[in-house]
Amino acid sequence: MLLSASNIVFSYEERSTTLRGVSVTCAPGDFVGILGPNGSGKTTLLRALGGLIRPASGAVRLDDVGLSKLGRAAAARRIAVVPQEIHPAFDYSVIEMVLMGRYPHLGRFALESPRDFEIARAALAATGTLELEDRLFSTLSGGEKQRVVIASALAQIEGQPGSYLLLDEPTASLDLGFQLEVASVVRKLAEERRIGLVLSTHDLNLAAGLCRTLVVLKAGEVIASGPTADVLTPALIRRLYGVESEIAPHPRTGRLVVVPISREAP
Amino acid sequence: MSRGIRRRFIFSTLGFAGVALAVILGAPLVGSTSIDLRRVFDSSIPVSENVDAQIFFVARLPRSLAGALVGATLASAGVIFQGLLRNPLATPFTLGISSGAALGAMLAITFGWSFAIAGITAVPLSSFAGSIGAVAIVYWLSVARQRGLSTSVLLLAGVTLNAFISALILFVQYFADFAETFRTLRWLMGDLDVSSFRPIVVALPLAVVAFAMFAMLPRALNLLSLGPDSAAARGVDIVRAQRTAFFSASLATGAAVSVGGPIGFVGIIVPHLVRLLVGSDHRIVLPASAFFGAAFLVACDTIARTIMAPVELPVGVITAVLGGPFFLWLLVRR
Repeated sequence: MLLSASNIVFSYEERSTTLRGVSVTCAPGDFVGILGPNGSGKTTLLRALGGLIRPASGAVRLDDVGLSKLGRAAAARRIAVVPQEIHPAFDYSVIEMVLMGRYPHLGRFALESPRDFEIARAALAATGTLELEDRLFSTLSGGEKQRVVIASALAQIEGQPGSYLLLDEPTASLDLGFQLEVASVVRKLAEERRIGLVLSTHDLNLAAGLCRTLVVLKAGEVIASGPTADVLTPALIRRLYGVESEIAPHPRTGRLVVVPISREAP
Repeated sequence: MSRGIRRRFIFSTLGFAGVALAVILGAPLVGSTSIDLRRVFDSSIPVSENVDAQIFFVARLPRSLAGALVGATLASAGVIFQGLLRNPLATPFTLGISSGAALGAMLAITFGWSFAIAGITAVPLSSFAGSIGAVAIVYWLSVARQRGLSTSVLLLAGVTLNAFISALILFVQYFADFAETFRTLRWLMGDLDVSSFRPIVVALPLAVVAFAMFAMLPRALNLLSLGPDSAAARGVDIVRAQRTAFFSASLATGAAVSVGGPIGFVGIIVPHLVRLLVGSDHRIVLPASAFFGAAFLVACDTIARTIMAPVELPVGVITAVLGGPFFLWLLVRR
């Protein structure tokens, strides 16, 4: 039931190697955070885990079957990807967006059944967006859009045991209120539905508060990985960003909080 | 709003099909000699003596059917290209297919080529060959650097190819004489001056193949319009879908242009009007656009041949006069 990447090497043609032998494992119900500065390969790693790119060497496996062997639709029934932002070229309604998640479950000429609508509405309800179902996607706020896209991903992997949700910086373009909203939606999915989550983020406090395991990337290599409390240290922050910081559990929530103090002189 | 996809599909498709049928059968009734539909189908009069039936079936119906075929093809190709390129302002001619066709047609006109295959003359044959050439160049450019089609390279290559071929056309035009230049210009306007069923019979198999490929695409196009990564993540084989979309829409456009010349704006006005009426789901938009495209072009052609009677305007002039302002309205609407 594991989703695992082992020794992934990948490069976009025009750039130098983006991933140099990266390994990550996620089990159902796990919550893995991928941290790292800009350009460290976070998004590329998520794309590899979702089977959207083919690594030059190394392999991504789901239940010990290589994703490339599994086939696109079969992989899509178990692994959903939520990109940073989605800009549909045409105006779709919210329910249409969510129903698109049912693509890998339907035959070529099949239309969505009442059961698919049920699944789509349940997914909207799970992300608190059911009342938006008839709105046009383009008219939603950033936080609403993000939650609808997560609902679409849920509709995609619904009913599949051992399914995974990969989120690429899900809170990057959201204000504080929406950030917390999306974070709480996502936390529930891991805890209540036993979905395996892998999330990339810049936001150290989001990662500290949400993720049980962290994988830290720098220049396409894993420089630290393990339980959040072990990995997230002032020494790591210094190494990643050249920033002095303090890390302590918050007195009220008990979650780790990273407080940046100063930028180390170069 | 989105409930009952099956019902929406059936209502929309039947509705637009009804409009198309009415326009296609109604258009031949309009013209310099007025005829009566009841007399046309009056079986008590022998066909050889039934002037109305002869005008309807022999003189005017071929043109109406040609308009329907070209209109349906251009409008659906527009839908496919807009979905493929993720750009609502794309048209069947954006990628240089019409320029390639124009170059072919112009060469045939200027050099007086007179070969014919299966009764099809050099001009439509050369225009079809020209469009195939343009398609091949654009495709080769867009796959040269990566696996799968790069839509941004497609767009840039298409726009550049359009400009380059236009320059070639001007170059050859410079050496053409007055009559040849006039014929080329007329061809470029887009005209449905079809007086037999032959062009339709020849173009039809190409159109049937293209439409059969179109039928595979609507759901993939819905997902592709979210972006290639989002489509792939939901299980779309994007390389195959993009390739099918590109070749089927190009083939259809090449066939349509060889019949009617580069009739502009049908491929953008029709899909947009249809989307305003039925939403953006390609499963509904595509068949609706095909039928509405047929109705739209036949109606425009009827206007073209009657508005300044006895002078018959090229239909491309009418679609451009309607389409230009519409296109600008689309551009500033949001």
